Amino acid sequence: MRVSKQRKDRLLTAALYLGLLVGLLFACFPIFWMLSSSFKSNTEIFALPPTILPALFTLEAYSAIFADGQKLRYFFNSYLVAFAVTILTVFIALLTAYGFSRFQFFGKAGLNTMIISTQTIPPITLLIPFFGMVVSYGIYDTYWALILTYMAFTLPYAILLMTGYLNTLPRDLDEAVAVDGGTSWTALWRVIVPVSLPGIVATSVYTFLLCWNEFLFALTLTKTTDMRTVPIGIQLLMGQHAFEWNEMMAMSVLGSLPLMIVYLFAQKYFLAGMTAGSVK
Amino acid sequence: MLVPMISVIVYSFQESAILRPDTRFAGLKHYAAVLSDPVFRSSLLHTLYFTVMSVIFHMGIGLSFALMLNSDRIHPWLRSGLRVLYILPWLFTAVIIAVIWRLILEPNGVVNSMLLAINVIDSKIEWFSDPDTALHAVTVANIWAGYPLFMVSLLAGLQGIPKDLYEAANIDGANGFQKLVYITIPQLMPIIVSIALLDLIWTMQVFPLIWMTTGGGPIYATEVLSTYTYKLAFAQYDMSQAAASSVIILLISLCMTVFYIKHQKAR
Repeated sequence: MRVSKQRKDRLLTAALYLGLLVGLLFACFPIFWMLSSSFKSNTEIFALPPTILPALFTLEAYSAIFADGQKLRYFFNSYLVAFAVTILTVFIALLTAYGFSRFQFFGKAGLNTMIISTQTIPPITLLIPFFGMVVSYGIYDTYWALILTYMAFTLPYAILLMTGYLNTLPRDLDEAVAVDGGTSWTALWRVIVPVSLPGIVATSVYTFLLCWNEFLFALTLTKTTDMRTVPIGIQLLMGQHAFEWNEMMAMSVLGSLPLMIVYLFAQKYFLAGMTAGSVK
Repeated sequence: MLVPMISVIVYSFQESAILRPDTRFAGLKHYAAVLSDPVFRSSLLHTLYFTVMSVIFHMGIGLSFALMLNSDRIHPWLRSGLRVLYILPWLFTAVIIAVIWRLILEPNGVVNSMLLAINVIDSKIEWFSDPDTALHAVTVANIWAGYPLFMVSLLAGLQGIPKDLYEAANIDGANGFQKLVYITIPQLMPIIVSIALLDLIWTMQVFPLIWMTTGGGPIYATEVLSTYTYKLAFAQYDMSQAAASSVIILLISLCMTVFYIKHQKAR
């Protein structure tokens, strides 16, 4: 009786490890394949039978990208837009959230529900009116087109995140400043900002990733290759010279770097930013 | 956000919007044109298939990975390492996911050569350009990309289940399967429902993944609501009809949002 139970236990453990292995292959094989292919030459990518690791390790795909001003421009554009939106969003969200969490005003209760609903509006529905607005303001094919559009997407949720965070801070903090003769403004900058850094980081991560990954609006609101961001750059690469696969993979690796770095160094904030809206 | 929504509704009732402005009232003309278009109807069906299959598999894979990672049969050290690796697909943006899967599913790519080697298929399959396989191929790519949201949320949920529930079940002599069905799943149900609703809403809006793998083709085989609308607006430049189509998408999405908000409030 005991022996059979032990055997059953061992079988279960073996099954678990097998399941974990299958899961690992499923999760990681495509990523591994991207990495491995980015270090191959374009002819080796379709070698038969396929080589798991590059037989001839080469950085030619990466050096091709770094030698190409146009491709570097995609990266520059992506970073510029993402950083600009992140800084503006966090700044505005912080001020608004401080107002929401510290002062009472009419209509505050319905606001949360409204902000959550904006998260679920299909982007394609907003694409046409945003296109109309961008064209009529004369900012089509400029950085402003992307920056202002992205802010319309990031701000509502950033405000919600920050308000949620500021609500957890005790009001005694503000009152202490008031006792010392400070205004709400000094309370915000001297006391609230330093202690709410975790909330600010989570909001920044959420905003940055949203901008970095955005495709539909970047595709529609810009036209010249000088204004394109990395996702569109990859798409153009795909159409242009039919299938420089190793370069496309290298570009994808480089395009995933910011996410990888944030993920590895700030897992907690990253997950907070990514699950934003779902685990509330 | 309210202003653009109102203006898209206004556009959808105009004769012609934005590019060749003609603001005369067109009535429901554009809606009728969209709803009677067979391509729109098939896009609706493809979106439904793509979304429902994605959500079911996200749920299944997310739940099984979360349960495996939560098991105390494996070393905590291995557990946290695997957790990091299992989340990885989530880190990639849709465009990159599309490029990766196009490489893997290339006619001369690694999947075909493996399947050929073990004799599952006898000729190379053009996964993304064969109308019979294209929709399944994009769905698989999306399943791969999206399960970590479920996994992460369910892992968090699993930590929150009170231990004494399991202890009580042990005393009553319940086996592992019974504990899963009668304790774990019911305890996770609120999370499962809310993530499923969100996943439905978000997956329905798919654009870049399909745009970059098949572009809606071959011959509309993978056309979904968003690619259909995009083509109306920026290939045929019929902004008003595209506006009508996007208002329809908005309505579908709003219905699900109402469910989602009701569910959140009930929690």
